[in-house]
Amino acid sequence: MEFKLFDLSIVEYAFFITAVLIILIGLYGALVKKTLIKIVIGLSVLDAGINLLLISVGYVKSGTAPIFSPALIKDMPLTLENIKKLSEGMVDPVPQALVLTAIVIGFGVTAVALSLVIRLYRHHHTLNIDEIKNLKW
Amino acid sequence: MIIYIILLLFLLLLMIGTAIYSIVQRDLLYAVIGTGVISLILSILFLFLQAPDVALTEAAIGVALTTIVFIITIRNTVRFEEEPKRPSKPASK
Repeated sequence: MEFKLFDLSIVEYAFFITAVLIILIGLYGALVKKTLIKIVIGLSVLDAGINLLLISVGYVKSGTAPIFSPALIKDMPLTLENIKKLSEGMVDPVPQALVLTAIVIGFGVTAVALSLVIRLYRHHHTLNIDEIKNLKW
Repeated sequence: MIIYIILLLFLLLLMIGTAIYSIVQRDLLYAVIGTGVISLILSILFLFLQAPDVALTEAAIGVALTTIVFIITIRNTVRFEEEPKRPSKPASK
């Protein structure tokens, strides 16, 4: 059973516009807010927007998932021409591999940033970045 | 056909709305739940964009693990964001 997507002409632009808007919203949260946890939330939203933008750039119109499943190759002998013909209608697998790595790295960055937030709170008893001024002059 | 397009546009609008909500909300616990909802919608969109492995990873890490780490941080610090107070004196010097 092939799960093909519909014609993406208007919807493709909707994906791009949504991704850019979410990136801008996350950037606003990371730059303007004063609470440290809110800054990390802004970075997380920014991360989600970038992942959506990368995946929607790699999408091919009415393509299938880049997996050589037995339902897809059926009884076809796996010669080079057949593999080329099968991979014509697949979406680009390279941005998917990039985003798969970026999700895990984003979680690591969030965890390290939140551990730094806990350490700062135990030392200063506040989360407001205007009151943490050890390095300000 | 047209019902899928309407569903996709609804999901995209819901994602933008949830992002704005999780930035402007002053209760940090609600904001963190908002980021979890963003990751959940993002996972559904990855499934529609023919990336099932990325959707699985996003559903496991983005929805569950990130929310748990944020909630542990909120338990160890404070829950409410401070109100932005007007500067009584000018911030010069």
